[in-house]
Amino acid sequence: MTEPVDHPAARALAERHRLRIWEAIPWLLALGFFFAFPKHLGFGTELLVTVLFAISLDLVLGYAGIVTLGQAAFFGAGAYTVGILAKQGIWHEPITGLLLAALVAAAVGFGSGLVLLRTQGLTLLMLTLCTMALLEEAANLAHDYTGGFDGLDSLPIAPLFGRFEFNPLYPTTQYLYVLAVLFVCFVFVRMLVYSPFGQSLRGIRENMLRMHAVGAPVRGRLVLCYTLSAAIAGVAGGIWAQANAYVNLGTLGLDRAATVLIILVLGGHGRLYGAFIGAVAYISLSHFLARIYPTAWQLGLGLLLVVIALFARNGILGIAAALRRPAHRAAS
Amino acid sequence: MTFGVDVASMLLGGVAAGMVLFIVSVGLSVTMGLMGFVNLAHGGFAMLGGYAIALAMRHWGFGFVSALVFGFVLTAAVSAVLERVLYARLYGADELDQVLFTIGLVFMMIASVTLLVGPENQPLALPSFLRGQLDLGILQYRAYSVVLIAVGVVIVAALWLGFERTRLGAQIRAAVDNRRMAESLGINIARLFTITFAFGSGMAALGGGLGAEFLGLDPQYALKYLVYFLIVVAVGGLGRVTGVFYAALLIGVLDFALKKYVPQGGTAFIYALTILLLLWRPQGLFGARAT
Repeated sequence: MTEPVDHPAARALAERHRLRIWEAIPWLLALGFFFAFPKHLGFGTELLVTVLFAISLDLVLGYAGIVTLGQAAFFGAGAYTVGILAKQGIWHEPITGLLLAALVAAAVGFGSGLVLLRTQGLTLLMLTLCTMALLEEAANLAHDYTGGFDGLDSLPIAPLFGRFEFNPLYPTTQYLYVLAVLFVCFVFVRMLVYSPFGQSLRGIRENMLRMHAVGAPVRGRLVLCYTLSAAIAGVAGGIWAQANAYVNLGTLGLDRAATVLIILVLGGHGRLYGAFIGAVAYISLSHFLARIYPTAWQLGLGLLLVVIALFARNGILGIAAALRRPAHRAAS
Repeated sequence: MTFGVDVASMLLGGVAAGMVLFIVSVGLSVTMGLMGFVNLAHGGFAMLGGYAIALAMRHWGFGFVSALVFGFVLTAAVSAVLERVLYARLYGADELDQVLFTIGLVFMMIASVTLLVGPENQPLALPSFLRGQLDLGILQYRAYSVVLIAVGVVIVAALWLGFERTRLGAQIRAAVDNRRMAESLGINIARLFTITFAFGSGMAALGGGLGAEFLGLDPQYALKYLVYFLIVVAVGGLGRVTGVFYAALLIGVLDFALKKYVPQGGTAFIYALTILLLLWRPQGLFGARAT
């Protein structure tokens, strides 16, 4: 055991994964929302599911640096797992249903990741896009099981713990259920990205060649990361299907994949809480603006994306960090 | 005999669709190959050009051919400005930034067109000499498709000549193959980028106008067919004019045939084929193996 080095850099490194007080804020706000806006819990549930989905994307995009346009493939895989099992009368229990959704999505992620992650850049982008389009087309074709274009509605989902019903009009159960699942998944992802595994993902993102050179199993790590991310996206899809008692082809579409990408980038990728900020900003804005001025909303969103891509590469949290940094430098 | 006629008419329709796919995608292939830029807004330029052509014909008294020229020039000019002012800032940036930037641009294009013109489909009235049927000996076929094929052949020949036989074409090929080397030889890459980008967008506009007859023309055009354009480019290989031509014909005929004989699931087959092909040859069917 060597002496602990008391150096600012050493301290910063050692304290990097320490829980900070402000990390409680999103959860307190989410709980506060439950009591403050009992009439808007449907909206809140949608928001929390989106956060979960965006976190799954953050793992592959923000930490491993895999640019994918096909993350909705896993969301849809999870959603259809829950939907088909419930509709066929095979499985109604929500929590185990989510585990099954995660398993199916992880299998899809593992299978596709194993082959897709051999490629890079544009080819990878195209392949993720095509995989998702293929799944969407398959779901459209398997009309007997998936309901085709119309989707499956009125899914019979059993009450949570056999007691709490999923009431579509008063989604109190849904809200708390999604919040709890989001919390569990978030804690898992937080542990993951601060683990040696997470650090090696960052290494791969920053310099893949160097990671190869130091003997890191780059492909294996990427496939594992892709699979875990797919599982979480599957949970998000499954819980979305349970909360809405409904699945349709939109869960697999390019729209959903692009939206979650926008949300994550808006909030800031590769920093865990970007998913929260982005989802809140995007969903609230779209909830109020998109219904009244859909075209102006699209115009504004496009402008925002262009501005982010050109000037603010790390989203809202990136801007906040950039604003803080000069202040630090001036102080020291 | 009827089977032969069936096959012939299917081939004609597919080749005509393939020609449009080629005209739209060729610019995308060259800009992606040359600049390594993931330009998801390319379908947007096709859509804008199609609108310029349709509006010029309906409101400003242009004929079909002059409207096509007008659409080409206008879209090329607009895209040249965009390239200089915005795209150029993101050369060499992360793919993610390029993807976001171009998605944002597509959204803005769609929204602006919806605001200015309206969300409905814009019918494009063909001149009378392109309507009706043409007697091809063994079968009657839509005159427009035949003309499309002829126009496509002329464009391919012109592009091939321009690419293989002119100084500019040689510079572009050199820059696609080895950008640094080309730069060291004193080729002005920035100017080359602007020219090819503008030209490629102009071609997309031409394709948007020529294909409006069977692809339709509404604001969503920009995203609806994007996957097809990208597939053509990925299959054909980046920066390969002839590769994109063969890929466009292949996809056009396949799509036409599959829609006819397997109305359900034809598209899935094309996606699956693309995935397999890209896994087998990530650089596309006709691309050079990356070194």
